[in-house]
Amino acid sequence: MAVRLFARPFDPWALVQERERQLPLERLGACSVFAGRMRDFNEDEDVRALFLEHYPGMTERDLERIVAEAETRWPSITCEVAHRVGAVEPAEILVLVAVWSAHRVAARDACSEILERLKHEAPFWKRERLADGTERWVERNTPGQ
Amino acid sequence: MCRGRQVTITVLYFARLREDVGRERDEVASTGEVQTVGDVWRGLHGEPPARLMAAVNQAHARLDTPVADGDEVAFFPPVTGG
Repeated sequence: MAVRLFARPFDPWALVQERERQLPLERLGACSVFAGRMRDFNEDEDVRALFLEHYPGMTERDLERIVAEAETRWPSITCEVAHRVGAVEPAEILVLVAVWSAHRVAARDACSEILERLKHEAPFWKRERLADGTERWVERNTPGQ
Repeated sequence: MCRGRQVTITVLYFARLREDVGRERDEVASTGEVQTVGDVWRGLHGEPPARLMAAVNQAHARLDTPVADGDEVAFFPPVTGG
């Protein structure tokens, strides 16, 4: 399991490749990857920047718990999870969830499960800066979109 | 009895809740009247708001989760990561 927080932009594809150099790929027939980017719009408004607050210590532990629970449910998987914190600009990557498995169903289902649980449980909070300079907290994630 | 020993619960606030409360932490004396996460909130702020989330020692908790001397209790609004 690998869970990482980045205070600066990170390249999700480089993380996937770096991890693959350490994995027995001949036994891992499937890799499912989700990469989430910051949009420049939310609820019909232009968003210029984002600040991602987190709970240092708990955020890392909670991501590790979510991944560990997925590894219990799908024992064959290997996971890489990364998330930005702090100031983020549009088009930058916010989150990476990569899951390797022998077969496609476990990889795909575990990737989806980890992402949804991360969005609903892990302590991160988004604060948006709009085009007119005002700021607002995001009250909730778009459900299942 | 804990006479002569100062025992407290550290209370942390995050995101919009920190702004609403107006500070990032409180220290609460650990007494027999403070048994749960909900007691910690009520003792400081009255009735808990809807959709209040909480953690004890950096693990998710509910309002009826017990608290003990030295615990770190955190309160925060619904999370919006990913």
